Amino acid sequence: MLAMSVDSRFSHKIWQETELSQMVPGGFPYPMLNDPGGRIGAVYGVYDEESGVDVRGRFIIDPDGIIQAVEILTPSVGRNVTEFIRQVQAFQHVRATGEVTPSGWQPGRPTLTPSPALTGKVWTAWKTDMAL
Amino acid sequence: MAEGKDSCVKPARGPIVESAGQPESAGASVERGHAPVLAKVGRPAPDFEATAYYQGGYENIRLSDYRGQWVVLCFYPGDFTFV
Repeated sequence: MLAMSVDSRFSHKIWQETELSQMVPGGFPYPMLNDPGGRIGAVYGVYDEESGVDVRGRFIIDPDGIIQAVEILTPSVGRNVTEFIRQVQAFQHVRATGEVTPSGWQPGRPTLTPSPALTGKVWTAWKTDMAL
Repeated sequence: MAEGKDSCVKPARGPIVESAGQPESAGASVERGHAPVLAKVGRPAPDFEATAYYQGGYENIRLSDYRGQWVVLCFYPGDFTFV
């Protein structure tokens, strides 16, 4: 987990000591990175030049360095950590098994294995209530 | 909190973008801070080096040092913001 904003490492330190450590026992346990001028955020498509900040972008990067998932929110709405964890579990499952995970998949639920035989028959294996 | 690493970190390189395969202007535009967006799902994550606060100290962190591990990279609008 790497967290990044345009704030300096000094600001990160004071935020950790004055506020984050009050929310999380021992403080936020991951590196907090500094992106001066949003130069890294610009390459990732999350830097907003008007406000001069990196908006709420989240990238899941696999062990080969490939981006597998992106979520970008404007600043006013916070993330859903449960859905983030589900996505990581799904991408890890896909990487390990070669199976694919249909909409709404959770660990332990059925996956699909693409094949000519499954073509046009997904409706027999996956129902819409499984999306929820 | 324990005493962390040396505060005299070297300046971080920021985005590290290979010019090969990109339009000729890409490298120069990165220098000016108006980089083209290179991050896309299914494509390699653009490499970078950034200064970080971590475990009570300061250090430079490069994304490509995490190859072989799953990484979640979270941008956020700012320290001390409310959400």
